[in-house]
Amino acid sequence: MSVSQIIIFPILLPLASAIAMLFFRRSVMVQRIISLLTSFLLLTAAGVLLSAVISEGVLTLQVGGWAAPFGITLAADLLSAVMVAVSALIGLTTVIYSFAVIDSERERFFYYPLFQMLMMGINGAFLTGDVFNLYVWFEVMLISSFVLLVLGGTPVQLEGAIKYVTINLLSSSVFLAASGILYGIAGTLNMAELARITPDLAQKELLAVVSVLFMITFGIKAAVFPLFFWLPASYHTPPVAVAAIFAGLLTKVGVYALIRFFTTVFSHEAVFINEVLLVGSALTMLSGVLGAVAQYDLRKLLSFHIVSQIGYMIFGLAVHSPLAIAGALIYIVHNIIAKTNLFYISGIIERICSTCDLKKTGGVYARYPVIGILFLIPALGLAGIPPLSGFWAKFVVIKAGFEAGEYVVTGIAVLVSLLTLFSMMKIWNEAFWKDMPRKDYAAGENSYDSMGIGQRVLLFSPVVALALLTVLLGVFFEPVFRLAESAALQLLDTEAYIVPILGGKE
Amino acid sequence: MTLLLAIVTGCLYAAGIFLILRRNMVKVIFGLILLGHGANLLIFTVGRLTKGVPAFVPAATDVLTGEYADPLPQALILTAIVIGFGLQAFTIVLFKRTWLTLGTEDLDMMKATDELPRE
Repeated sequence: MSVSQIIIFPILLPLASAIAMLFFRRSVMVQRIISLLTSFLLLTAAGVLLSAVISEGVLTLQVGGWAAPFGITLAADLLSAVMVAVSALIGLTTVIYSFAVIDSERERFFYYPLFQMLMMGINGAFLTGDVFNLYVWFEVMLISSFVLLVLGGTPVQLEGAIKYVTINLLSSSVFLAASGILYGIAGTLNMAELARITPDLAQKELLAVVSVLFMITFGIKAAVFPLFFWLPASYHTPPVAVAAIFAGLLTKVGVYALIRFFTTVFSHEAVFINEVLLVGSALTMLSGVLGAVAQYDLRKLLSFHIVSQIGYMIFGLAVHSPLAIAGALIYIVHNIIAKTNLFYISGIIERICSTCDLKKTGGVYARYPVIGILFLIPALGLAGIPPLSGFWAKFVVIKAGFEAGEYVVTGIAVLVSLLTLFSMMKIWNEAFWKDMPRKDYAAGENSYDSMGIGQRVLLFSPVVALALLTVLLGVFFEPVFRLAESAALQLLDTEAYIVPILGGKE
Repeated sequence: MTLLLAIVTGCLYAAGIFLILRRNMVKVIFGLILLGHGANLLIFTVGRLTKGVPAFVPAATDVLTGEYADPLPQALILTAIVIGFGLQAFTIVLFKRTWLTLGTEDLDMMKATDELPRE
């Protein structure tokens, strides 16, 4: 077995486990064990893949043995490998968190198989080297997320799902049309071959139209202004474990696709797209954080923050210098970890106070000081307080912005970071610091107090692990930055991606 | 033929966009389905239409020379149809379930997810 065959494992493992779990429909325990085992294996495979990509450069696999550009290519460069590794980590922690919080009704109705299918779609999207194949992986990811979103069928979930499903179907049809036109112009959908031939194509105008279509479809998935309104309308409706994995990973797949297309595939179109993205990123940051400041529902507040943070990543892409793209990559990794953790903690707060309405919560710090500390780490990380990971992520992005002379948008980024701190402090004041307004903490079956010690371990181990990672990424920033920098240089040097797939130029 | 298909595609897109802007859920589904069809026809048309030429390599040679029918757009459309079919089936069930649960098919009535908590 050659080393490049490791690429297929992040896709095969979740698929195999999802199929295996269908045979144990009645036994939730077996399903739990299989999902835990798969998530561990997935994390191992992702780690091996990442170390192989670091040591050997871009790995490729031609599925079915059809040589590129005729077959489907899977390719892992540093960006893909890092994304797969981070999502495998989030997959593992969310599976453990789900053991503690997902109700038995949902568990019986295929929660774990659906979860693994979602992971398969995400990993496939990160690893594919073919535009149409990317569409297929997006659909795999979407249909799993649709079902996870409505699983349980409460009225508010259904309402959220209608908005989410409709906008995503619309975005898919734009994606499909764009891929079709791109094939009509270029005669290929292999990303590496596109990267090689698009600079010489005659139909520049059509190519510009196609790149705008791709920007719109990925912009919807990534929740970029003005295409983000579905996100705060749907992400707070499902159970918190589902919301956490959506918040951590799904929008980042859209950001990944934007980065992949506007560095590798459309590198020469990037000049025009970058100007649009620059304005879009400023408005995304600003409108997201202003929405968050206005909210009093904890999970809606965090949902608006997802939008605001996406703005920083897009800003990094739009500035387009090696430093800025490295900053965007660091930001993605930092944000996936911190944001998922905040959603985990919002679930814990909900269990303690039996509500997500910040006006009715309070006193958590007095009762459970440890939870307060655990909240502060990702919250301050998100706001960008040193030495946590968010500080460095913001520092690199903002430094790159100043170096490129984009003073207005960089100024907005700094301002938004202040407002982020403000809204995190609002959560702190309302949920942790002030007295509980009604003194009626949750009791009964689903409350925090009724959880056994085993369940609490399951509840807190993901939170502690991710909080630790937020600190470690900040403290040991040097190697992280080196990795992100070489990933960014690899992305901007398209030949580094093309040659391993297609071979050298004739 | 290309012109005719272009007009049909345009009409499908126009009708689809008109329908998804309606408030009635059923019309939104029709709109999404029409948009899917429009996208499929678009792929078919921009993939270049050829008439009466096969997609086979002649026995004596290794590569195709001259005009041939490109099978790839059709493979893309086939995949897209299958995926679209699954998604549309799910959407129809979702919309029906929503109608049964909420008792309305007016999308403007579905604003519980956007409301601020009441005082």
